[in-house]
Amino acid sequence: MNVTENPERQDTAQTDASPTAEPHSPVLDQGETVTITTDRPLVTTPEAVEPSRVVSGAHLDARNVSAWFGTNKVLEKVSLAMPPAAVTALIGPSGCGKSTFLRILNRMHESVPKALLAGEVRLNGEDIYAAESRITETRRRIGMVFQKPNPFPAMSIVDNVTAGLKLTGQKISRSERDGLIEDCLQRGGLWAEVKDRLDEPGGALSGGQQQRLCIARSLAVNPEVLLMDEPCSALDPTSTRRIEETIGMLRDQVTIVIVTHNMQQAARVSQQCAFFLAEQGTPGWIVESGPTEDIFERPQDPRTSDYVNGRFG
Amino acid sequence: MTAALLDPPSGGVPPPDAPRRLSRKPTGGDAIFVNTFRAIGASVLVITGGIGVFLAYQGWPTLHHYGFSFFTTRVWNPDTDTLGIAAVLVGTFEVALVAMVIAFPLAITTALYITEYAPPRLRSALVAAVDLMAAVPSIVYGLWGFFLIEPHESQLAVFLQRNFGWFPLFHVDANPNAAVTDLSRYTASAFIAGTVVAMMAMPMACAVMRQVFSLTPLGEKEGALALGSTKWGVIRTVVIPFGRGGIIGGTMLALGRALGETVAVLLIVSPEFIIKGRILEVGTDTVSALIASQFGEATGIQLSALLTAGFVLFVITLLVNTLAAIIVNRSRSGAETA
Amino acid sequence: MSVLLQPAPPAGALSASRPVDGDVGHAPRANLGQLPADERFLTWGARFAALGIAWVAAERLLPVHGLAWFVFVAAVANLVILAVGTAVLGSNVAVADRVAQWVISTGMVIVLVALGSVLVFVIHRGWSALHHANFFTHDMSGVGAEDPLSKGGILHAILGSLIELSIASAIALPLGIGTAVYMNEIGGRFARVVRTVVEAMTALPDILAGLFIYTIWIIALGYPRSGLAAGLAITVMMLPIIARASDVVLRVVPGTMREAAFALGASRWATVWRIVLPTARPGLVTALILAIARGVGETAPVLITSGNAPFVHVNPTSGVMNSLPLFIFTSARSGIALQVQRAFGAAAVLLLLVLLLFITARLLARPRTGKASVLTRLRRGLRGRGLNLVKEAQ
Repeated sequence: MNVTENPERQDTAQTDASPTAEPHSPVLDQGETVTITTDRPLVTTPEAVEPSRVVSGAHLDARNVSAWFGTNKVLEKVSLAMPPAAVTALIGPSGCGKSTFLRILNRMHESVPKALLAGEVRLNGEDIYAAESRITETRRRIGMVFQKPNPFPAMSIVDNVTAGLKLTGQKISRSERDGLIEDCLQRGGLWAEVKDRLDEPGGALSGGQQQRLCIARSLAVNPEVLLMDEPCSALDPTSTRRIEETIGMLRDQVTIVIVTHNMQQAARVSQQCAFFLAEQGTPGWIVESGPTEDIFERPQDPRTSDYVNGRFG
Repeated sequence: MTAALLDPPSGGVPPPDAPRRLSRKPTGGDAIFVNTFRAIGASVLVITGGIGVFLAYQGWPTLHHYGFSFFTTRVWNPDTDTLGIAAVLVGTFEVALVAMVIAFPLAITTALYITEYAPPRLRSALVAAVDLMAAVPSIVYGLWGFFLIEPHESQLAVFLQRNFGWFPLFHVDANPNAAVTDLSRYTASAFIAGTVVAMMAMPMACAVMRQVFSLTPLGEKEGALALGSTKWGVIRTVVIPFGRGGIIGGTMLALGRALGETVAVLLIVSPEFIIKGRILEVGTDTVSALIASQFGEATGIQLSALLTAGFVLFVITLLVNTLAAIIVNRSRSGAETA
Repeated sequence: MSVLLQPAPPAGALSASRPVDGDVGHAPRANLGQLPADERFLTWGARFAALGIAWVAAERLLPVHGLAWFVFVAAVANLVILAVGTAVLGSNVAVADRVAQWVISTGMVIVLVALGSVLVFVIHRGWSALHHANFFTHDMSGVGAEDPLSKGGILHAILGSLIELSIASAIALPLGIGTAVYMNEIGGRFARVVRTVVEAMTALPDILAGLFIYTIWIIALGYPRSGLAAGLAITVMMLPIIARASDVVLRVVPGTMREAAFALGASRWATVWRIVLPTARPGLVTALILAIARGVGETAPVLITSGNAPFVHVNPTSGVMNSLPLFIFTSARSGIALQVQRAFGAAAVLLLLVLLLFITARLLARPRTGKASVLTRLRRGLRGRGLNLVKEAQ
């Protein structure tokens, strides 16, 4: 396809006349607003003002996060606020550090040998990397769903859901347990399909069901944030739709951050969007972030425009 | 689509739809190659298989001469021509079981340490150390056990009897509280021989377990970690269930090694043809140590009897090893490596 | 494919908008992957406290003394303090985690101490014999067991070991590798039979290999005990090990490589000789050296086949021959202090020999440095290309 023929290209080229000259003077406000890589004001929890909605979930706030693997720097001073009651999508081409950034958000990053990190990640204002912070507690509060569904194959569906409770040493009474299992599987959108075969092994489910089981498993430990690393990339379109519905239902209950390669998916499920990019040989950074609508309809940066319009990546 | 469209047969009759015969017969240089290596394979089959057949064949005169009592007689007394392997078989298992009781926990903890806890820089060095343990000759372990371990371990045996002597295995026919303990009653025992054999069995079990543990899918481990699990939680819920086949299989492989060990046992135990469960007490014997100590005087039928005893041991180790291989291959971890 | 009609903007424009590194205090965090401060204090506190408790207990309170008790009490105290401390700081799960880590690390320490004690003990005890030069250059002919260490040596045993091992390797290596090639590259029903039997024979207790040769070669055929008989016994023992180890290594060679060679029109033999064996060479060499190391230490087969000569004897076909394992075994059993010292000296030599073979095997098994593995290069290439596209697209 010919890029120059695209009219949008001209549009963005014009707005690009005033290039993002020094977008990276990270002025950290005292309050809730957080400086991001563009000078556009940040989205303030969309729709959160509706009185009828009860919103839970935590405010996750990454500040000046850089990351290395050994001497190889993969992230450069990334700052991003991830408010509750919104789905934040991280988009960008392969190898731009989205997944690394996501793994930094619940301290999975440091399980990789030689992984290094600078900056802060604040969960409701507290740095999860502080010296007194406990890694297991952090990970319990910030759940994660992986690219490849990873239920514990030897455990039954029920045991998979309650695995997190056992692993974190939470006791629960038998009656509460049954309620919790049903609740989590409902919220994961899996209950109707498995309610008659709860004792079957988790590995026997289909890929999409396994992924929803993993979501239910994450929900059982009552996390405040749920990170999703390309949760649908290994799934068929029908399963993908089910997961997206699930994400929509969960939005008010936990803060969701999702990495996705699928632009349409980002547009469908997210309210806020951050575009990552890593040029050759340089670490990844956030080119632009803001309300999803703006990123897709009125991108400020030509690279964002090119990417969301499918010209590369 | 019909064949006619593509290639109309000349006579109008479609050729019969039978597969062509493909010649898989090698030709030229390849024929030489194939036949040479087939001959090598056959010769190795004859050599190795010949041993098995030969040993089995020796069982015939033995059983003919001694009857079934060969398996129930305890003593091995060539002078009176009463030969039996009941006591040495039991002794073999006693030594092997002591070895496994010591080797199994060490093997599994070492394997877990190497795969889960060791800093990445140390990992390959630790793997090399365990592999080196497997390469150390058994005669060296024998010296180590006889001259370094036995004096200390007999003290430990006295302590065990004094405090846990009510447990039948730890009983010794000697008074542990005597003014001067007769240490010679506590030496040259199955316990001490088993400790030395454990040094040889441990690296085998550890190598298999380590390999299996290292194959644990990262996704499952991260799944547990992301739920807030501790490292032990990951090991308990993911690593060990995944590696169960390797744990059992590796242990049995090591058991096979422990059953067959000769020299270290020969150096340490004082031969005694009694079936006894008192592992701390002086005196026991194993099949391989029996062969090594008796072959010199053996002639004719006694040699056959020794070979038969060896064959029984071989069949046992073969069964143990085959079972181990089946367990490893059937397990999830084994299936994924194959 | 090409998205690249747009000329790329000048590189300067891109880098200008990049975040600038270099402000102070933006260094990697040091506490990554570490325990929180209080738990680290607990780790070290428990260690020091345990040492103190052990000293007081083993020296003053308990009726028992000695290093073993000190270590034991220290270990138990360390574990108890850790468990109690973690229980105060965290949950039951944290306690289980700490205890498990303690147990697993302790297992590793025990194994390392055991291995270290073997190496140190044997070399330490052997030193009194080793530091005499004649120990390596003389044999034991005409030397009495009670003669001082400045007389006699183990040259005959070293030579005997090398000769027996050469015989065994000369037979077992070609046959073993050939069998592995047959099982992997030719296959068929007969190959499966061979594989089954070979795998079964790896379970053969080493003493039976010796007894087999003893019965056939010495008793039935009437040949005398000799280095050749011992070499054959070692062959019988090594053959299944080598065949199986080579089989495992060859099996790892990807089938796609063979297909690629066939597709180029290579004959089967050329494929094996030029593709399969070179690909498998590092693994193959390692496996073979480890099998040889195992063969050199085998005592049981030579014990009953080679006889025992106190003098240098290099003709394997006639006459008794000594070897290192056999010399160690007979000397250690003699009960004579000086002879036991010689046994340790010989054991140290044997150990060093095995160590040498082992290190050689490890070095050969290592991927060649300076040259990245295929996988790494592939990944690097892919990443480079992806980034090119990104850059050009802008």
